[in-house]
Amino acid sequence: MRVGVVTFPGSLDDQDAARAVRYAGAEAVSLWHGEDDLAGVDAVVLPGGFSYGDYLRCGAIARFAPVMRSVVKAARDGMPVLGICNGFQILCEAHLLPGALIRNDVRTFVCRDQALRVENADTAWTSGFEAGQQIVVPLKSGEGGYVAPEATLDALEADGRVVARYAGSNPNGSMRDIAGITSENGRVVGLMPHPEHAIDALTGPGTDGLGFFTSVLASVVSA
Amino acid sequence: MTDSVRTAEQTPDVEQPWAELGLKADEYDKIREHLRRRPTSCELAMYSVMWSEHCSYKSSKVHLRQFGDKAPRTDALLVGIGENAGVVDVGDGYAVTFKVESHNHPSYVEPHQGAATGVGGIVRDILAMGARPIGVMDPLRFGPLDAPDTRRVMPGVVAGVGTYGNCLGLPNIGGEVVFDPSYAGNPLVNALCVGVMRHDHIQSSGATGVGNLVVLYGAKTGGDGIGGVSVLASETFTDSGPTKRPSVQVGDPFMEKLLIECTLELFRDDLVVAIQDLGGAGLSCATSEMASAGTGGMRVELDRVPLRDSTLAPEEILMSESQERMMAIVEPAKIEAFMAVCERWDVLATVLGEVTDTGRLVITWRGETVVDVPPRTVAHEGPVYERPYTRPSWQDDLQADVPTPERLPRPGSPEELRDTVLRMVAAPNLADKAWATEQYDRFVLGNTVLAQPEDSGVLRIDEESGLGVALSTDCNARFAKLDPYEGARLALAESYRNVATVGARPLAVTNCLNFGSPEDPEVMWQFAEATRGLADACLELGVPVTGGNVSFYNQTGDTAILPTPVVGVLGVLDDVTRRTPQAFTEPGQVIYLLGETRDELAGSEWAHEVHSHLGGRPPRCDLAAERALGEILINASRDGLLDAAHDVSDGGLAQALVESCLRGGTGARIWVPDGIDPFVFLFSESQARAIVAVPRTEEVRLTDMCTARRYPHQRIGVLDSGGAEGPALDVQGLFSLSLSELRARREATLPAAMA
Repeated sequence: MRVGVVTFPGSLDDQDAARAVRYAGAEAVSLWHGEDDLAGVDAVVLPGGFSYGDYLRCGAIARFAPVMRSVVKAARDGMPVLGICNGFQILCEAHLLPGALIRNDVRTFVCRDQALRVENADTAWTSGFEAGQQIVVPLKSGEGGYVAPEATLDALEADGRVVARYAGSNPNGSMRDIAGITSENGRVVGLMPHPEHAIDALTGPGTDGLGFFTSVLASVVSA
Repeated sequence: MTDSVRTAEQTPDVEQPWAELGLKADEYDKIREHLRRRPTSCELAMYSVMWSEHCSYKSSKVHLRQFGDKAPRTDALLVGIGENAGVVDVGDGYAVTFKVESHNHPSYVEPHQGAATGVGGIVRDILAMGARPIGVMDPLRFGPLDAPDTRRVMPGVVAGVGTYGNCLGLPNIGGEVVFDPSYAGNPLVNALCVGVMRHDHIQSSGATGVGNLVVLYGAKTGGDGIGGVSVLASETFTDSGPTKRPSVQVGDPFMEKLLIECTLELFRDDLVVAIQDLGGAGLSCATSEMASAGTGGMRVELDRVPLRDSTLAPEEILMSESQERMMAIVEPAKIEAFMAVCERWDVLATVLGEVTDTGRLVITWRGETVVDVPPRTVAHEGPVYERPYTRPSWQDDLQADVPTPERLPRPGSPEELRDTVLRMVAAPNLADKAWATEQYDRFVLGNTVLAQPEDSGVLRIDEESGLGVALSTDCNARFAKLDPYEGARLALAESYRNVATVGARPLAVTNCLNFGSPEDPEVMWQFAEATRGLADACLELGVPVTGGNVSFYNQTGDTAILPTPVVGVLGVLDDVTRRTPQAFTEPGQVIYLLGETRDELAGSEWAHEVHSHLGGRPPRCDLAAERALGEILINASRDGLLDAAHDVSDGGLAQALVESCLRGGTGARIWVPDGIDPFVFLFSESQARAIVAVPRTEEVRLTDMCTARRYPHQRIGVLDSGGAEGPALDVQGLFSLSLSELRARREATLPAAMA
């Protein structure tokens, strides 16, 4: 099982995502933004950071990177893709997921241990959780407010495509407390908090985040 | 017309604006002596900025020498003072470099960019040593929390520190947020960076090897950060109109992130001979320092510098402090590979010239020589001043104003003590700082084992072995005002103690010495005393100073800031899984107070908060006791005797208990030992103390350890999950405060002030 982790200029959590993949028991494969070869990986993580300096708009330039052509095509063919934070923003810009991420309503960057409720435990990245399970994962973002038209939000809710919600107080003004959503086929997941920072109690709030990476192993093996 | 060397020789009597550039008459004469002619305008610009206080340390040099002269013997130091930052051996072939610098004045003028570029500058310093930057810390000081200008300065500074560090992907693991009226017109923004490398990757900044190429890479050069030199440029180019350049630099963290990754790849592939970052004084500094530290000669064609603004004059190009630039010396055979790495990271790189053996730094502009100087005279042989200093006339009165119970009424009844605890936890200096620290990413890179509000930040260096480093920065500037010599020693003592508290062995020291004007003999006395105190204390504790920074002229009008010698200590942990955190977590464990508590309230947070009083002598500084306490904390951590430890400092024991209880959500029952006044017990700021939580099974081993070292230790309480009302801090026979009330008070202060 090989999981690719893309490095864009300005990616920051790429090493962390690779570490999480290894902790989950898979091989992490480094993918470079400028190449469209996915090196035969079984799944892809778009890590957090500030790709291309967040110039213009978060994720707006990264979506045009050569590697994204291949990621979009593979995702449409069913490859599991997880976008974390900036990766979530890129997935929205690439139209693999609906909606957008805007500046936090509190107007400052927010870094904290965040409680989440897993709403959908049937995606490629959350099958290891139980629906309704509460987990704690670091949140760290300046533009983490999820927004979408009401009709889109209603459709996401109706189709069970809300993957996780913020539990307790809403940290960034996300509509309907949404922390993560998935594609229609449940293979592409965008998540604002950082599960790769919750894989070891030594360096994070716990190990709740590891479930995202072990889930994808199971989903690829069973697919 | 370009003011070339030839012109300068032909027109020796031209009036030059040396005074406007901050040079003194005798300094200007000295330049003429060095050159045996008048300087060109470019040379004058270079000398003026390199001989500035900021670059030349001309007022502090004679005092800073003590850090080398009195340095304790140690095998840990791989590179000492003098390079961009010192390098410390932490074992297993790893070396660590760390340094703290100030960016005080820019942060007052433009808080966001001032603070951001402060972070950027220190990160490049660490990178230039050959290290991968792995973390930052920011000791910050502002005027009173309720002062109108603090609402302008603090949000900007915190956001600037956050934005830049977060975008670089460097965890922010600690620092300070301190409020005092003396910083109202002069906030202190100090930035620390720590980096790690293998021993054989340590880089030098000496431009060696005749024929090697001088390469500038990174951002293009613009008109930012030029400051006073614009005076000169506008005088030279009257026909193109006066240039007014902004003197605060603007940072682009994305560019710096690329620069870091690009530079580390250049090191990995062994493509550079020497390297230096461009910070204060820009190209003037990099060319003269690298030439001076190397073979001695360099030839540079200034026209080749890529510009953001094509109207820049050569003087401005030499002075520009545009951010995110580095200079490297590269062998001709490797230049192609060098350029390929830069291209991969989209980093612009330009060959400007070459290393020579002429002993001269020669810079040309449009075919004419505009600089021809011995580089040492610019970089390393600037003026040195023995500034006069005198003990302030008010110092005796200040020390005589002892906070006796008669002078400052103390709480006596249980209700008064209870109310004082509640008031103190909400005091700006003791309140929760999450409003600031939640704006910093502490998780990135995945190696942060402890971060603020823990006693020290702890970073793992090696995932296999668990090797890691701990860092703390501290300074109680009120103590330094009462007695600068003792105050500096106390700053080191606290930082040393914080590092030991998490279980790390202290190895080395950096400092950022923030003072008022060195031209004021009373301020100069504070500086002289503080440096002497710090050097003596480093020798006594066996930890050398590896580098640091001096920031003078921190004052508004005639009023200087509190003398603020910020001290950073770096320690090593062989296995970070052994670190001791601050949080109380296990009900039933016993709490010990290590160290002796005396009636020491002078300069305390209580005297400051409740009585706005500053007087008397600071708490006794006993470095032998600090060392003994450190050994106990380190050994107890290594042997797994402690579940929690927290140093007792600002706010005294009461504050330490509140912080450990809240951090772990566990209450405590505390009893006041016989023979001590409860108020003194709770609020004294006696040094060399810590509280620890010990499982009952380990209690005897801990007390044996203390007894063997004859270290005072008292069992003062037990952790308690609380009854139906939830966990509480219960000082038996006096008062009880629920953790929920303490938390609400402590967390409300900063958000309310910044709302």
